[in-house]
Amino acid sequence: MNEHLLSMHDVSADDVVRILDTAESFREVGTRVIKKVPALRGRTVVNLFYENSTRTRISFELAAKRLSADVINFSTSGSSVSKGESLKDTALTLQAMGADAIVIRHSSSGSPHQLTKWVHGHVLNAGDGTHEHPTQALLDMYTMRERFGRIEGLRVAIVGDVMHSRVARSLSFGLVKMGADVTLVGPPTLIPPDAPAWGVHVSYDIESVLPKLDVTYVLRVQRERQRLEFFPSVREYSRLFGVTTKRVGMLPEDALIMHPGPMNRGVEIDSDVADLPQSVIEEQVTNGIAVRMSLLYLLLGRSGEGGGHA
Amino acid sequence: MHAEGRVLVSGTLLDAADVRRGLTRIAHEIVERDKGAGGLALVGIANRGDHLARRLASEIAQIEGADVPVGVLDITFYRDDIGMKAEAPEVHETRIPFDITGATVVLVDDVLFTGRTIRAAMDALMDLGRPERIQLAVLVDRGHRELPIRADYVGKNVPTHRGDDVRVLVSELDGEDAVVVEDAR
Repeated sequence: MNEHLLSMHDVSADDVVRILDTAESFREVGTRVIKKVPALRGRTVVNLFYENSTRTRISFELAAKRLSADVINFSTSGSSVSKGESLKDTALTLQAMGADAIVIRHSSSGSPHQLTKWVHGHVLNAGDGTHEHPTQALLDMYTMRERFGRIEGLRVAIVGDVMHSRVARSLSFGLVKMGADVTLVGPPTLIPPDAPAWGVHVSYDIESVLPKLDVTYVLRVQRERQRLEFFPSVREYSRLFGVTTKRVGMLPEDALIMHPGPMNRGVEIDSDVADLPQSVIEEQVTNGIAVRMSLLYLLLGRSGEGGGHA
Repeated sequence: MHAEGRVLVSGTLLDAADVRRGLTRIAHEIVERDKGAGGLALVGIANRGDHLARRLASEIAQIEGADVPVGVLDITFYRDDIGMKAEAPEVHETRIPFDITGATVVLVDDVLFTGRTIRAAMDALMDLGRPERIQLAVLVDRGHRELPIRADYVGKNVPTHRGDDVRVLVSELDGEDAVVVEDAR
């Protein structure tokens, strides 16, 4: 495995299998009364979040704590960043404090990569701009593999605002790497022009895609990332691409519905649909902790240059 | 076979019949010492000890006519050398589908060497519950302890050189039952 996890391009198909297999063991740890193992005792993991996030930050925090690592949460509000400190100076400070791993979320694509030039520790990308969110992709792939026993050959539609979605990019790259059949579905304005080069199909008509799916992966309509108007109204978007009860009826019986959260109920997914048994949105959250434990363990649990001792 | 007490250079230490006889004897000793199979649980250390634990359970079932619960324990997250090797140690499955609190847990492993695995296994077990007592059964004790640990049940004591590579083969994984030693000198 690479020293850092910046993109799904950093992991091979073999790495993905190892990450998911190891996560299965951590999933078992998560069912115990004592959900903690001493594997990373004495290591320090820093959560460096330049964007608001609840589930990803908490998930990484729990993952590190369940491995017995020490965790520092560093968010921009109420910190030196709000006093104007640069990413580089913040990174050097954390390095000087002996961070073994830095988990970074940033609104600028490429900032995790930039960070690797300044620190010795392992860098894990927890979402950078509209670029990638590899840990989300891996937990989604874990959830699919757990339910279907495989990833290869699964027919997955990723529905919605693919253009602004780092989740869609990472998930597409990961699924294609593992041999799944991926279709991006959304309005033409929200499908990136280079999408066919990812090895995926593109469709603008959700109802023609649904009957052949194993997984419908619903993306959040990210109003905060849209500087231009990409569709006329939220209501029209819901009408054309929302996953409604009626559309769920077009899916094969054992198909799953997934969403990376947080959901806009009534926009991209009907409230009733989110609560159906085939919606595995809470399972995704639970699996996320195990997958992040697996990644921290595999990156920090070995010797080498990435030890991060300042 | 090789004479007792002789230091082996390389070759087969125990063949399939020796392994079977060793496990049968250990099963008898366990029920004798623990006065039957009540309150007894076997926990094999992945990924050879769990197969041996299942065999011991079926031996005990034949002797006592009682089923003993069997679990498999992976000790990777409790190892003392995480971060010391080029790759993080490989992880196996832990599955202990019963409560170990109050039970007499017999840990089962293939080879007892430095004792570090058993230290890790005891820590792992303690996080899963509070057994009344923990005992240790091994197919081979090859010496060279680095911690104050000893086995309660031993299939065979084998003097070895520190650098020797002692391997237990089980038919479930390796296609045959045997204990072999390879000389590293």
